[in-house]
Amino acid sequence: MKEPLIRFTDVNFIYAKTHGREGLAALQDVNLEIFEGEFAAVLGHNGSGKSTLAKHVNALLSPTSGQVVVAGLDTSDQEKVWEIRQKVGMVFQNPDNQLVATTVEEDVAFGPENLGIPSAEIQRRVTESLKTVDMLSYRLHSPHQLSGGQKQRVAIAGVISMLPKCIVLDEPTAMLDPEGRNEVMSTIHRLNREEGITVLHITHHMDEVIGADRVIVMDEGRIVLQGTPREVFSQVDLMRSLHLDVPQVTDLAERLRNRGYSIPQGTLTVNEMVMLLCPSD
Amino acid sequence: MRMFRSVTIGQHIPGDSIIHRLDPRTKILSAIFLIVLLFLVNGFVGYGLVALGIALVIRASRIPWKFVIRGVRPLLVILVLTLTLHLFMTEGRVIFQIWFLKVTWEGLFRGLMMGTRLILLIIGTSMLTLTTSPMQLTDGIETLLRPGKKIGIPAHELAMMMTIALRFIPTLLEETEKIMKAQMARGADFQTGGIMQRAKSLIPLLVPLFVNAFRRADDLAIAMEARGYRGGEGRTKLRELKFQRVDVVALGLVVTFAVLVGVFF
Repeated sequence: MKEPLIRFTDVNFIYAKTHGREGLAALQDVNLEIFEGEFAAVLGHNGSGKSTLAKHVNALLSPTSGQVVVAGLDTSDQEKVWEIRQKVGMVFQNPDNQLVATTVEEDVAFGPENLGIPSAEIQRRVTESLKTVDMLSYRLHSPHQLSGGQKQRVAIAGVISMLPKCIVLDEPTAMLDPEGRNEVMSTIHRLNREEGITVLHITHHMDEVIGADRVIVMDEGRIVLQGTPREVFSQVDLMRSLHLDVPQVTDLAERLRNRGYSIPQGTLTVNEMVMLLCPSD
Repeated sequence: MRMFRSVTIGQHIPGDSIIHRLDPRTKILSAIFLIVLLFLVNGFVGYGLVALGIALVIRASRIPWKFVIRGVRPLLVILVLTLTLHLFMTEGRVIFQIWFLKVTWEGLFRGLMMGTRLILLIIGTSMLTLTTSPMQLTDGIETLLRPGKKIGIPAHELAMMMTIALRFIPTLLEETEKIMKAQMARGADFQTGGIMQRAKSLIPLLVPLFVNAFRRADDLAIAMEARGYRGGEGRTKLRELKFQRVDVVALGLVVTFAVLVGVFF
């Protein structure tokens, strides 16, 4: 069997005690394997530990106990931290607070500059990355002239210019309007499909999970459910008990089934529903 | 109410003239020479020559004259003040006298000298910021300060701070506007009352602004670290600054000019 790109083994993480309060256990006995080329989505409501999980993948946090191994490198090893951060890129929630430079191209160059890559190669990578996220014509714009979705795409370009194996996106769409959300979602799906980059997408939008290869559901620091989107959303009752919604179509399917229609569990898309309700002959 | 839209930072006017294409270090050093020169020169002939030199630079930069002149406007008050103070405060041969205020020939002379000096200073240095993008300026300052690292000048850190400040000024202005509108919608009044009243009414604006700024700083630090930032050591640049033959010639001209004018006038 192939070695996974990311492996969590019995990971526990406790936030340090602050202001006399008991330290908060943000991750409990997490075991997880992510394979190269996979598109995995992590789902959970606020405080479920999904952001903490994300920060473990590129060594922004290291486990209190247990082990996180990324591309064969242990994240607790201080000497390997920079190598890991090159391999795992991270995109954050707030598009404004992760762009560093005054122009788009300078910002995309920030990562490679930190890696000490020669200028000519940086220029090539900047052009490539901006082309990939379809932002090349904005090269000389300053970040505040861009929309939220465009800023996030620049942030993604800034990450792929470091040529990572994996991108972790920590709720990248939470602050965007629907249009921006579509831009970002189609960009990361394309990266996964065409560039073969492994994606770990953290979200609380059910609709963004449907296209994933695998869904990981978290609650109170534990992984409670894993599987394909269809498998996960079949568990309507469990999802509800975790304060998570299911996609609208799945919800409709559930209601119809309760009324006696024979609609299979885990119906996810409008097209599927249409086919089920009015099968064409 | 788009109050902050008109704010331009560094007032850079993009262009492709020979002045624009000079290395930022050449321009920064020239500006420094100009400042020193202006304080050495004492006499209208010298100022005339400096003005001629600056005029040539403006011409070569192909920046419209009115942009350059406009840069002086904010300092009009200071100019008038300088002139008036010198006019009345200098002892010497009296031109005329109103009550106890004496206007002297010496005062007129000194006032005009100081005024000219200020105007030349502003126009000359504004040629630096008009023809150089903030990014280039920062790069230039960083490389110029690099030798100072040995005596503890944090060149890279200063440049990085400048970059981040430039990056976030528009963001924070936008945010100020947003908070102001939100507070006004809830009945806050920023426009009336005495100076104390108005200062007090700024508190509900400044508190959220600062809280947010700190949160942004925290987020940005994490994002920078995630992208492999660990200080200036071993960092490369998207565009390395290159000192070309034009720069050597330009700097040579500026130095020669400064020395000649400085010594003879």
